[in-house]
Amino acid sequence: MEFQFTERETAFEAEVEKFLKAALPEDWPEHARQWPGGYGALEPESKEAKKIAGEFNQKLVEKGWTTISWPKAFGGKAYSNMEQAIFDERMSYYHAPAFSIATGIAGPTILKFGTDENKQDWLPKIANKEIEMWLGYSEPNAGSDLAGIQTTAVRDGDAYIINGQKTWSTKAHTADCAWLIARTDPQGHRHKSISLFVVDNQTPGITIRPLNNILGIHSFNEVFFDNVRVPRRNLIGQENMGFYYLMTALDFERLMVGVGAFKRGLERLTGFVRQAERDGSPLGRNAAVRQRLADIAVRIEVAYLFFWRTASMLDKGLVPSVESSALKLVTTELSRKLADVYMEVLGPYGQLLRDEDGAPFNGLAPRGYLDCISATIGAGTSEIQRNIISMRGLGLPAR
Amino acid sequence: MDFELTKEQKIIRSSAREFLRKECPVSLMRELKDDPNGYDPALWRKMADLGWHGIMIPEACNGMGGSFLDLAILLEAMGEVCCPGPFFSSIVMGATSILRAGSDAQKQNLLPRLASGELICSMALTEPGNWYGLDNIHTRLDPDGDGFILNGNKLFVENAHISDLILCVAGSEEAVAGGGLSLALVDRKNPGVRCTPLETLSFEKHCRVVFDNVRIPRENILGAFGAAGKTAEYLLEVGAVGKCAEMVGGIGAVFEKTVSHAKNRKQFGKSIGSFQAVQHHCANMEVDVDGARFLTYQAAWKIAKGIPAAMDASMAKAWTSEAARRVTALGHQIHGAISFCEEHDMHLFYRKAKACETAFGDGGFHLEKIAGNLVS
Ligand SMILES: Cc1cc2nc3c(=O)[nH]c(=O)nc-3n(C[C@H](O)[C@H](O)[C@H](O)COP(=O)(O)OP(=O)(O)OC[C@H]3O[C@@H](n4cnc5c(N)ncnc54)[C@H](O)[C@@H]3O)c2cc1C
Repeated sequence: MEFQFTERETAFEAEVEKFLKAALPEDWPEHARQWPGGYGALEPESKEAKKIAGEFNQKLVEKGWTTISWPKAFGGKAYSNMEQAIFDERMSYYHAPAFSIATGIAGPTILKFGTDENKQDWLPKIANKEIEMWLGYSEPNAGSDLAGIQTTAVRDGDAYIINGQKTWSTKAHTADCAWLIARTDPQGHRHKSISLFVVDNQTPGITIRPLNNILGIHSFNEVFFDNVRVPRRNLIGQENMGFYYLMTALDFERLMVGVGAFKRGLERLTGFVRQAERDGSPLGRNAAVRQRLADIAVRIEVAYLFFWRTASMLDKGLVPSVESSALKLVTTELSRKLADVYMEVLGPYGQLLRDEDGAPFNGLAPRGYLDCISATIGAGTSEIQRNIISMRGLGLPAR
Repeated sequence: MDFELTKEQKIIRSSAREFLRKECPVSLMRELKDDPNGYDPALWRKMADLGWHGIMIPEACNGMGGSFLDLAILLEAMGEVCCPGPFFSSIVMGATSILRAGSDAQKQNLLPRLASGELICSMALTEPGNWYGLDNIHTRLDPDGDGFILNGNKLFVENAHISDLILCVAGSEEAVAGGGLSLALVDRKNPGVRCTPLETLSFEKHCRVVFDNVRIPRENILGAFGAAGKTAEYLLEVGAVGKCAEMVGGIGAVFEKTVSHAKNRKQFGKSIGSFQAVQHHCANMEVDVDGARFLTYQAAWKIAKGIPAAMDASMAKAWTSEAARRVTALGHQIHGAISFCEEHDMHLFYRKAKACETAFGDGGFHLEKIAGNLVS
């Protein structure tokens, strides 16, 4: 047992911290305006913020920090998973604009299950941030039940022909390729008839229709596939094994919790409470407010420990699965709790959206109060995480 | 004990629901959210023609002569469709204040015009830096010749920008020592009144209002100068219970929509309502909604009967505020991603619940009041 970083890890954390402070403007979190755990406001909105984000990602590539824990053979740094986790924690603490499905989900899954050809085709491009991906899992009739997908991929010579519809496809309109599941064997077992593909957005037959979320942001889309011809080499791993790869890809996704953003969120609120007054007396003396802040602090500590636990497991060669579900559950429920506490502590002022109206944090709280709704739904709902913990984890019987 | 509505009340409810379903579907809220006035004047007139505005106003003043309970029934029906507009600020706050504290002349002058929908009112209470309640009112109403001068800053004044009259809660230099508050009816068109709309989470139209040396004639003071503290407290009680009634309607509608979605949406080859996780969410929602409804109706009944209801109002507001938050969040959770879309209705209820929660004191504020009563 040891609840501290090694010397090397501590030094790396300081290096990351130094880099972030230099690479991002001090007021970046105000630009980013993401809510911890939310999926609705991932992209910075203003032109200026987009430019900063683009330059920042270029700096990451130059540093070789897009793929820290990948093996050296694929351009990685072969750092430990704990170092990867330390990196992710600092990045999210500074709201660094580097959320990436390609490096966080597709890359690690290809490393684990991809053919040699897959690795050559995709890993260098991912490492260099030449391509970004969107997740083509959900369909109108397949949300929690992903094995129920109806999109098909039918072999035709050296290609697959894809037909169907995906939905809630976050960033499909800005990414380059779909990381897509489709059914390759209509007669097969639900779990043994699905394959995983990378599909270029520019392929003829793909139509992307925008959906605005409740923050009024175009974050996700409906995507239609009409006889879309995909080269056979874009199949990841083996045919009909896609559902198993997907389970691992989801575990990777559930590690991307941005744990540092929660700490930052609490610090901002605490900073506000320290200097604010309510009815003429200091808000920091209010017992109810103090209890709420302290409660959040404890929950954040729990989230951090769940987070470090998954990294430490990976370094021991274990694969966190139930543990990543637990991490996802704890952090996304915390996302909602934090929004509740922000709104309670800000009282009537929590409703204000604009700086010029005197909105605290330029309206972050009401936006977060909306965005946190997505946290416990996206990437597998809280109910599904609890099912995984109780059935896959505890061996409780399925119904 | 009888939890049933009377026959007349049932008619009020069913006809209100029928009218609103046709004339004010939830989509109206969506259409009007960016409208600067935030209401549909044609719908406003129709509601007045149905007698809704005058429901509590005596027949002698062109009203229906009903009770606060009748009004609560209407508010619940309006909550079910997130009905936008100045009904709450004009009728629940405006009409109630005049009924409670107005002189005969004020009643005869104002109530018929409120009943006909001609007059729009709002109430100015909260001040920058203040929370809920009547503490720390810095807005000042000072005697000046045969009238008064009003100075101050108010926030979250619902519909001030479209109001004819703003009911302003103010203190005075003399009153600071004695703590006495006054209620002034301020003509919004007076050049010293400045309204700036605020953008808020709920799409309700709230304003910042500045009163800059506004002359108030004596006949526009509601009740006695410096002695309106009790009236103001009563208004907050009525406001809180009124907001509860709206919330009860809102979460009742969310509950109904959600249970129906749980029955219809299929995953894993069965309806999601067959999973116990979802069933337990629905059961929790049912308890929240019923608890809110019972507490709210108990408080509304007492107010209608003229029985002191401060504790009941606080209990209703404490429970219903929290329940509304839980129920609307669960509504989203059970609907899944589809409810995260702008064009889905769920977030309108979720936003509205938050606005109702913060109006007239949130759960914590009212728990504190209850605690004060328990231990004193
Ligand atoms: C903001 C946002 C972004 C998203 N981005 C993407 C994306 O980029 N790509 C993508 O593919 N998907 C994306 N999703 C979709 C997401 O993965 C699904 O919303 C999620 O898996 C739930 O599916 P559903 O919305 O269809 O809800 P449903 O599956 O219909 O679930 C409805 C309710 O039933 C419950 N339920 C269902 N099954 C069970 C069960 N067995 N036991 C107990 N309860 C159950 C759920 O927990 C939920 O409360 C996104 C979602 C959101 C909100």
